[in-house]
Amino acid sequence: MDLFVAIMVNVAAASTPLVFAAMGELVVEKSGVLNLGVEGMMLMGAIAGFAAGYASGSMLIGIIVAGIAGGLLALLFGFLTQHLLANQVATGLALTIFGIGISAMVGHSFVGISLDPIAKGIPFLEDIPVIGKLFFGHDILVYASFVMTALVFYFLYKTRAGLILRAVGTNHDAAHSIGYSVIKIRYMAIVFGGAMAGIGGAYLSMAVNPMWVEEMTAGRGWIALALVVFATWRPGRVLVGAYLFGGISILQLNLQAMGVTIAPQLLAMLPYLVTIAVLVIISRDSGLMKKHAPACLGKIFHASS
Amino acid sequence: MFKSVLKKAAGAVAVAAGLAAMSAQAADVKVGFVYIGPPGDHGWTYQHDQGRLAVEKELGVETTFVENVPEGPDAERVINQLAATGHNLIFTTSFGYMNPTLKAAKRHKNVKFEHATGYKQAANVATYSGRFYEGRYVVGHIAGKMTKSNVLGYIASFPIPEVIRGINATIRGARAVNPDATIKVVWVSSWFDPGKESDAAKTLIDQGADVILQHTDSPAPVQVAEERGVWAVGQASDMHKFGEKAHLTAIIDDWAPYYIERTKAVMDGTWTGGGDTWGGFKTGMVVMADYNKAIPADVVELAESIRKGIIDGSVHPFAGPVVKQDGTVAVPAGETPDDGFLAGMNFYVEGVDGEMPQ
Amino acid sequence: MFLKLESRGEANRNMVYLTPVLAVILTLITGFFLFLAMGHDPFEALYTFFIYPISNSYGISELLVKATPIILCAIGLSMGFRANVWNIGAEGQLTLGAIFGGTVALMFYEQEGWYIIPLMMVAGVVGGALWAAIPAFLKTRFNANEILVSLMLTYVAFQLLSYLVHGPLRDPDGYNFPESRLFSDSAIVPILWEGTRFHVGGLFALLAVVAGWLMISRHLIGFQIRVIGMAPMAASYAGFSEKKLIWFTLLLSGGLAGLAGMFEVSGPVGQLVPSISPGYGFTAIIVAFLGRLHPVGIMMAGLLVALTYLGGESGQITLGLPEAVTGVFQGMLLFYLLASDVLIKYRVVPNFGTAKS
Repeated sequence: MDLFVAIMVNVAAASTPLVFAAMGELVVEKSGVLNLGVEGMMLMGAIAGFAAGYASGSMLIGIIVAGIAGGLLALLFGFLTQHLLANQVATGLALTIFGIGISAMVGHSFVGISLDPIAKGIPFLEDIPVIGKLFFGHDILVYASFVMTALVFYFLYKTRAGLILRAVGTNHDAAHSIGYSVIKIRYMAIVFGGAMAGIGGAYLSMAVNPMWVEEMTAGRGWIALALVVFATWRPGRVLVGAYLFGGISILQLNLQAMGVTIAPQLLAMLPYLVTIAVLVIISRDSGLMKKHAPACLGKIFHASS
Repeated sequence: MFKSVLKKAAGAVAVAAGLAAMSAQAADVKVGFVYIGPPGDHGWTYQHDQGRLAVEKELGVETTFVENVPEGPDAERVINQLAATGHNLIFTTSFGYMNPTLKAAKRHKNVKFEHATGYKQAANVATYSGRFYEGRYVVGHIAGKMTKSNVLGYIASFPIPEVIRGINATIRGARAVNPDATIKVVWVSSWFDPGKESDAAKTLIDQGADVILQHTDSPAPVQVAEERGVWAVGQASDMHKFGEKAHLTAIIDDWAPYYIERTKAVMDGTWTGGGDTWGGFKTGMVVMADYNKAIPADVVELAESIRKGIIDGSVHPFAGPVVKQDGTVAVPAGETPDDGFLAGMNFYVEGVDGEMPQ
Repeated sequence: MFLKLESRGEANRNMVYLTPVLAVILTLITGFFLFLAMGHDPFEALYTFFIYPISNSYGISELLVKATPIILCAIGLSMGFRANVWNIGAEGQLTLGAIFGGTVALMFYEQEGWYIIPLMMVAGVVGGALWAAIPAFLKTRFNANEILVSLMLTYVAFQLLSYLVHGPLRDPDGYNFPESRLFSDSAIVPILWEGTRFHVGGLFALLAVVAGWLMISRHLIGFQIRVIGMAPMAASYAGFSEKKLIWFTLLLSGGLAGLAGMFEVSGPVGQLVPSISPGYGFTAIIVAFLGRLHPVGIMMAGLLVALTYLGGESGQITLGLPEAVTGVFQGMLLFYLLASDVLIKYRVVPNFGTAKS
């Protein structure tokens, strides 16, 4: 039981950066925009959060700055794709290259510095037997990621603004013709996505490994992107997908420590193969997929009025 | 400590002896370095870069480095470019550069090449590596004494002899002082992924390990050990800044003496290729970081006696009997294996938990 | 906003050629100030980036070596992108091509035969196409999104390669180090340019460009399709059903990526190693769009992007510029190129309108 709880705490830490980044990208894609630059924005958030947290001594400031940094990089993407109508796939990839470079440049002077990790556990509650550690033994951002999931769900499906955002993603010409500013709405979604990716990155550099090393996200931005598709653009499933992926990653390490002997490379394939398998199962209902996928995803909008 | 004082003194003498002559030579020699990662990894590449900086400082020669060079088709071009731009000595610091280095060496006969961790040489290619297993044997003794759970946790990258040797040396060291000690190994299939390394560290701690050792390059596991209140041993560089309480010591790859020696040899015209240098404690290529104050004095003394024993030859980490995991004897009692045996090691010794992958 | 975009109605042909020039000029200007701010001589830095790498024949040959796999992958991908089939796993397909081609090379180790290299090429194409057939099958049969499947399979391919070179395909005389044997000479592709690494794969890249050009000009007439953003309707594709189109484009792009991977191991690398491609499959996606999905454009874009990689290396060697600067500079160039495309279909006009809605 102790081991199970310990594993779950690790799973939460491995999954949380994915939840943030994927939840942000979900909103972006729901508005009809595909931003493949998540990895670059996460790295930007990771270095900005670490630097600000180090300079100010405040974790909160670090997280806020990380969100701003990710959002700023996303703004660049927004300008290129929304105002200059650049291709979204290519711009997103270029954003990743740019983000890796600029984070390494900024981070140069922060190599070799260590911060105290963000504190774990809620006082008193985590001392409850059995469930205490399982439910209350995490750091604040783990809870924030759950709250964020609920908020995104509420926003998308229970508010008028969310309805408009989805309408823009489903049919931007129609949304435009009834008077909504497609570009403005997409800008907001893009910046939100960048901020979330930035916070996801900062979780790595402030909670998981409170330090800065170049390219420390090690491909998690791409996983986050995949999770959005995997989740068929639904917030709850993003959360489940992130925990599934994080869970298998941690589980295979535990199996090894228990003495299971399989080539490590084959074990490392597991999370990806399971993701594909689950995707196949849930994709079979094509009507369901069509219902949730934003029809205008990746298409360029220009009001020709 | 004493050694570095000596080094400085020697440097001062050299400077006093022939400043003019030396600077003339220094101007002719340009040293190039090819790195697999960024110097900011705080592990493998960081230490090579420290070596490079020491060459600049000590000898006043110009150096150049190219970072993040992938071990694929690009490596040969980068090495060729360095050779074509007036670098007369080039260090290629990752195993995967072996064949690219040899190809470039064929093209540039006048340039001298040094390849780290490989086994192929040529007239103008020498190889070098460190006997890091010596450090791991010392660390094993400390870990064996410090562990309460008798479980050591080892984060490993890929099942190659270099890594297997490190695991075996560690558990042999630990069992020499604590016959109940076992070691759990987790493979992360990467040399550098801080997130995965820390996941592996947490996993090992959850499964009872109270000393975390690693053969991956980031300081992440040390940080995790600090947070979780267990011991850790740094890899490649001194990582105590990432866990003041947890950091027992670290096995430091100190390339500086070798790089300075080889650069000097090029300046003097005494450099020869075709050979291999496998340096350990004795040559200063492997160095222990400062021991944690929390280690009892007798354990420090023990560790130091092992280290000194390795230097004077009275201790060998793989002196027989070496017993494989399945109980068969690999090296009979009273015998000491040769370097070829060590270089190709592909079995676990007693005390390793679980079977070797493949 | 005092400026606004107005549709030209039809794409401006002059702009098709002018905008890349404009983008390069803008990059040069911004780069000038970037390097100035970093304390480098901007003229020297720009020279190092763009001219120095191709200032001698060796440099030019290396440019071609570097561009070959990128162009091969990008040509295949562009066909899919035109049809809205999003294969972003060319990196994985390239890896499988390398594995298949390399395995054939090792099977015929120390044997002679003219047929070995053709066989390796076939194996490379089959390997890449097989890997791409997985997303094609899952897409057509189960409606599974090809972006996700092809991307996930890239990571699986990396691990598979790593597993093979650490185990079954490891050099038996290599002290258990993770590399295969060096291929025999009979399994090394011929060098086209004596004294360099430029190999026969370059010809195939050129061939792919010509074949691609023929294919799109024969099937979809008109200059609109050379312009980005005009996705051709699947139905108009010479009697193809949507499913067939998915299969066709994925197998084509996978096969070409696999061929590129085979050429890498049989050419510049000469053996199987744990990491074969420094991201060619991903770079090819950008190149496909920079080339506006047109084969000739892709060839130019491939050469330009390859040049920036070479420039980054010489920047590190001769000026001591950190590698990070390369990434920033490259990103900038790509942003300008992508952004300037807007001028092809739109013109910028002053905006005298008052309040925005």
